[in-house]
Order: sequence, then structure tokens, then C-alpha cells
Amino acid sequence: MASIDATAAGSGVVNAPYRMCRFTGLKVDQAAETLIKVHAVTAVIFLALGGLMGLGVALTRWPAVQILPPEWFYLVLTGHGANVLLFWIIFFEMAVLFFASAILLGSRLAAPKVAWLGYILMLVGALMANYAVLRGDSTVMFTSYVPMQASHWFYLSLIVFAVGALISVMVFFATLVVAKNENTYDGSVPLVTFGAITAAIIAVFTLASGAIILIPTWLWSLGLITEIDSLMYKVVWWGMGHSSQQINVSAHVAIWYAIAAMVLGAKPLSEKVSRMAFLMYILFLQLASAHHLLAEPGMSASWKIVNTSYMMYLAVLGSMIHGLTVPGAIEAAQRRNGFTRGAFEWLTKAPWGNPAFSGMFLSLVMFGFIGGISGVILGTEQLNVLMHNTLYVPGHFHGTVVAGTTLAFMAMTWLVVPLIFRRDIIWPTLAKWQPYLFGIGAGGISLFMMGAGTLGVPRRHWDISLADAAHRAVEFPAAAYLMMGLNGLFAILAALGGLVFIVTVVASILAGPKLDGPDAKMVFPLHDASRQVSEYGSEGTLKLPGTIILVGIFFAAFVLYYFVNWKYLSELWLFN
Amino acid sequence: MAITPPANRLWWKEPIHGVELGWIVIAFLWGLFMFFFMIAWHFIGDQNLSTETYRVKPAAYEEKVAAWAEQYQKIGADGEPVEVEGTPVVAPPEGGDVYILARLWEFWPVVELKKGVKYRIHISSVDWQHGFSLQPVNMNISVHPGYEHVINLTPTETGEFGIVCNEYCGIGHHTMTGLIRVVE
Repeated sequence: MASIDATAAGSGVVNAPYRMCRFTGLKVDQAAETLIKVHAVTAVIFLALGGLMGLGVALTRWPAVQILPPEWFYLVLTGHGANVLLFWIIFFEMAVLFFASAILLGSRLAAPKVAWLGYILMLVGALMANYAVLRGDSTVMFTSYVPMQASHWFYLSLIVFAVGALISVMVFFATLVVAKNENTYDGSVPLVTFGAITAAIIAVFTLASGAIILIPTWLWSLGLITEIDSLMYKVVWWGMGHSSQQINVSAHVAIWYAIAAMVLGAKPLSEKVSRMAFLMYILFLQLASAHHLLAEPGMSASWKIVNTSYMMYLAVLGSMIHGLTVPGAIEAAQRRNGFTRGAFEWLTKAPWGNPAFSGMFLSLVMFGFIGGISGVILGTEQLNVLMHNTLYVPGHFHGTVVAGTTLAFMAMTWLVVPLIFRRDIIWPTLAKWQPYLFGIGAGGISLFMMGAGTLGVPRRHWDISLADAAHRAVEFPAAAYLMMGLNGLFAILAALGGLVFIVTVVASILAGPKLDGPDAKMVFPLHDASRQVSEYGSEGTLKLPGTIILVGIFFAAFVLYYFVNWKYLSELWLFN
Repeated sequence: MAITPPANRLWWKEPIHGVELGWIVIAFLWGLFMFFFMIAWHFIGDQNLSTETYRVKPAAYEEKVAAWAEQYQKIGADGEPVEVEGTPVVAPPEGGDVYILARLWEFWPVVELKKGVKYRIHISSVDWQHGFSLQPVNMNISVHPGYEHVINLTPTETGEFGIVCNEYCGIGHHTMTGLIRVVE
């Protein structure tokens, strides 16, 4: 058998063209490289479009500015959600999947033509969605809750996009099989690939949920089905809507590990722990649909408690573990790199001028402190009633998806440009400041929206002064207006950061210094392989005082904020 | 490194770092605490959203609310029905059923409750989904068409309280409000 297998494998191997990367020593399959380029560029274009729409939304919600009329505001808000939450992020994630499979495993990409088919379907879907929204008859918000009805183009566009994404995910899985069969790597897959597998598995569940709900909704919009139950829609739709955010979490955590490895030479403290944490995501993150149903009629309290807590917070446990192991791996690597003084020399002497590192670390901190903690509070059965559908909700998810995922993806892009496009960053100073501009802007909009939400300001609302309302019974406090103004200011900051990102990345790709020459050096260097971290990670050999302090601060903030909200809740009118 | 296969092929046999183990235990226990605290609040807390829900046809709900509003319509000293900006004020009996109807773009009717009295508040929509956001109390509940949600609500303060719609419901969404009055 063995000899037959060997022959079969030998004749079956496809000799795909590849190059060796001078900086990382990785074998780069050219089909995968081209697909990564195309997906990354497409992603950035949708980020530009969706980001511009986001700026329009923030400037409209700034009561003193209110730049858009109501019909445009709601239209642009619908487009903003689709373009950034779906198209920017999922196109980029496909690039991450191809990188984590073909490139990291040194394998050829399975079926590049099929991957192109997936890309084309995704692109057609994304363009069709924008067409449907801009037509003006699909202003139903990203969530498109029934029985409000969009144009059938809207639902069809999302179905086409999802099918395309599913095809690309299958190419990722097939590439794993090819790499295994062709023995392109030794032992287990790298941790980053493991994280990408997590993201891909969740993606299959997510896209299946999307198909289950969007196909009947599409038929309903064509008049072939008479009614879609609004509660059922919400349960299944959020199986896609929330779970797709868990793809992002898995993908950006994988990117945190990847950037820490590439820039600092960081190695996971323990492969076992980090992989277990990813496994928690696969097992429990899908329950998150319940987060959107805590204020709904018709669901039992036990259903809500079990699902909203991801089965006793086991998926939250996964994120909390990464919250220790990522900075822990960085601290350990930096100590090996020679920064051993005090508790924090490893952090103060970290490469803060390298946008890949600074973006990654800001993403890590803000995802944990802003997005993570607020997510648990929002997802607590009883506490949800304090913030459900207020601006607190967008505040929370701008903390996860913008300050967390988008910032991490931007940080990764600063490595993708030199390593995949082989063009160096054209304006290093601009690149250096970009993560701070965008990060502070994104952190600000998250915090101020959360603040306005705790004062009761509704989300997706054109006019909180309620000037044309049936009853002007509510006068939001001056603090709420202040928060909306600050939200607008920080949105401008974030938009500037986004603009710097897009302009610098595009200019670098088109005209950046070429990195093909044998002596070419990257302006933001990778970790020096000669100073590679050697063995560590076994028990007792390593002290991580800085990480322990950081995690302690995080935990204290978490516990304190948790109980503050219960205090608020206990002061509410009584209801049961 | 995280981007290369684990150096130790038997990585699952490596001992876990003490710091990691400690954090896993703390985080796990905290998760358990938060989980059981939600359950505990059902016994020790006074704010647990009722799950009592009935299927109802929007048209039937509309009729029911109209009949109820007519029965308990508040009559002023002059013998005329009391209205606020054209919407009737309804003063239900203490501890009785209260009906609120969400539709494009108002919460109907205006209801007058007594402080410290527990009411059974029925909420449903007759068209799209809406959001019942009681301000400045800041209580936020979803409203679905076809589902009649019954909440046992006890106001703890007097005054005029607004209801703002916080679920997007079309172009007039930002004009959709309602009113609850609480008297001694």
C-alpha cells in the first residue's frame, strides 16, 4: 500500500508556480498570492465606500450638524452596515484564509479557478446590494427585519454574496487537505492557521443560517411566500448576523498572534491553551443569536440565559484566555529580545512606531476593554433591558468590529503590502500615525455612543430632539447632545485615519519602493530571525508580571462595570 | 512561532504555564458566577422581563385595544374626554390590564397609571416591528406584530414619561413616540 500511495501522490502533485519570500522564508503560491491581492484591494474599496457612509451617519446624528435629510440618513445607514460589516470584513477575511492556508502551510491553493468563482460571486453580490440600497427601495437597515420589505434585489444580493463566500471557504478547507496530503508542513498546523480554521468553521454555520432565512425572505419579497414570522426571522437571521461577528473575532485573534509572531518573534505561551480557547469559539459562539432576543416576547427565560451566556460563558472564557495569552506571548518574546527591566519595559520599548504592531496592540486593548466588557453586559439577560436598541448597541459593536477587527485588519495590511504586493510603504510617517488616528477615533465613537445609549438615546434615529413627534414627551439631557457631538468629532478622526490608511496603502501598492531586489529592506522590519526566541513556555520558566498587571486591571474593570449596571437595573421600575 | 507548526510535535503534552492556569480558573469561575447571577436575579430581583406572550392577529389586537380604550377613557371635569394632542387618555382600573398599541408612527393611546400599583401591560404592533423605549426610565423592549407581550409593570415614580420607538420602522421612525402618565 505504501508504495502505491507514494506513486499516486508523486504523480498527483500539481507543480504550481511559487516564490520564496525573502523576509519570512515562506513559500508563496502565486495563485494564492494573486487572490490575496485581489481580495485585499476589493476589501479596501468597500471600506472606503462604507466608511464614507459611516461618516455621513455620524455627522447626521450630531444634532448641531445633521448633514443628511432623513430619507438619505436611513438609506446611507443601511449601506454603511452592509459595506463595512459584510463586504469589507468578509473580503479581507477571505484573504486571511488564503494566507493562513496556502502561504503559512507552504502549499498550493486547491482549485484557484473555483476560488475565483467565489470571488466573482461575492463581488456581484456586493455590487448588487449597493445597487438595491441606492435605488432607494431597500432602506430596511442591515438587519432587514420583516415584515418591513426590501427590494428582492437586496435579499438576492446577500444570497449571492453568501454563496460566493461559502465557495471560497470550501477552497480554504480543500487547501488544508492538499497541504496535508502533499506533506508541505511538519506536525500540526500553525496556531494562526488553527485560528483561521475556527473562523472558517463558524463561517459555514453562519452562511448556512443566512441561506436558511434569506432564501425564504427573498421568495417572500417576490410574492411566492405570504408571510415570514418576525420572531423566527430574528432568531435565524442573528444566527448569521451575530455569528458572522464571531468569524471576525476568530480571524482578528489569529491576526494578533500572526503580527506578534512576525514583528516580535512571539511564540504562544502554550499551544494547548491557545488552541483550546479557539475551540471554545467553535463550540459555543453560535448561541449568540440570543443576544438580540433578550427583549423579545415569546422566548423563555431559560432559553435566554443558556444561549446568551454562550453556555455558561464558555466562549467568553475563550476570549478572556486570548486576552492573557496574546500580551503574555508578546511579553515573553520581548523579554527574550532583551527588554527585561521592570514590569513594563517590554511594553514601553515595543515597536510603537511600527503600524502593524501599534494597530494590533490598540486593537487588542480596545476589543477587550470596550467591545468585550460591554458585550457581556449587553448580553446579560436582565441588564439588556437597560440598553436594548439604544445607541449603546452600536457603541458596543464599534468597539468590537471597528476598534477590534478593522484595526487589526488594517495592522495586518501594513504587512500584506510589503510581503504580498512586494512594495514598501511609501509614506512611513503617515503609516506610523495611522493606527493612533483611527484607533482613537474608533475608541471615541464606541465610548460616546455607549454613553449616549445609557442616557436612553435610541439607535438608528434621525432626530433625538423629536421635533416632529406625536408627543414631545422626552427631552434627552444636555449630556446626551454633548455625547452625540463628541461622537461626531471622533468619527471625523476615525475617518481621517481611514483616509490615511486607504491613500497610503493604495499609493504604496501603485508606487511604493519595490522590494524584489536582493538588498531591499522593509521600512517597518520584521523580527530579526537571528534573535529568534528559543524554547520557553514550560511551567515555571517564565515570569510575566506586566501581563498579570494588565489582566488584573482588565478584570477589575470588568467586575466593577458589571455590578454598576446591576445597580442601575435595580433602580428601574419593577417588572416581571 | 504562531505562524509555524508547533516546534514540539507533542504540544498537547506540554504542561500549562501557571499564570495561564490561574487565569483560566479565575475567568471560568467568573463566568459561572455571571451565569448563576442571571438565574438568581429571577429570585432576588424585581426586574425580570416577563415571557408571557400570546399569538394575536394584528387586526384583532387593534379592535381589543380600541374597545378597552373606549371603556376606560378618562373623562374630564367638563364631561369631555381628555386628550393629549388628539390622542385619548385612558385611565385603567388599579392593577388591571393596560393595552398599548404600536403602529406607524405612534404608541396609542396615552395611559394614566398610579404609582406603586402593578399593572398588566399588553404590547403589540399592528404593522412592523417597533421598539418600546420608556424614557427617562430607560427600559427598552421589542414589539412584534402578531405577538402580544404581557409585562407586569409597577411604576415607582410619578410624572410624564415618554415612549420613543427605538426599532427602525421606516421614514417616520423618528416621529414615533407615546406617553405614559404616572399619578399618586
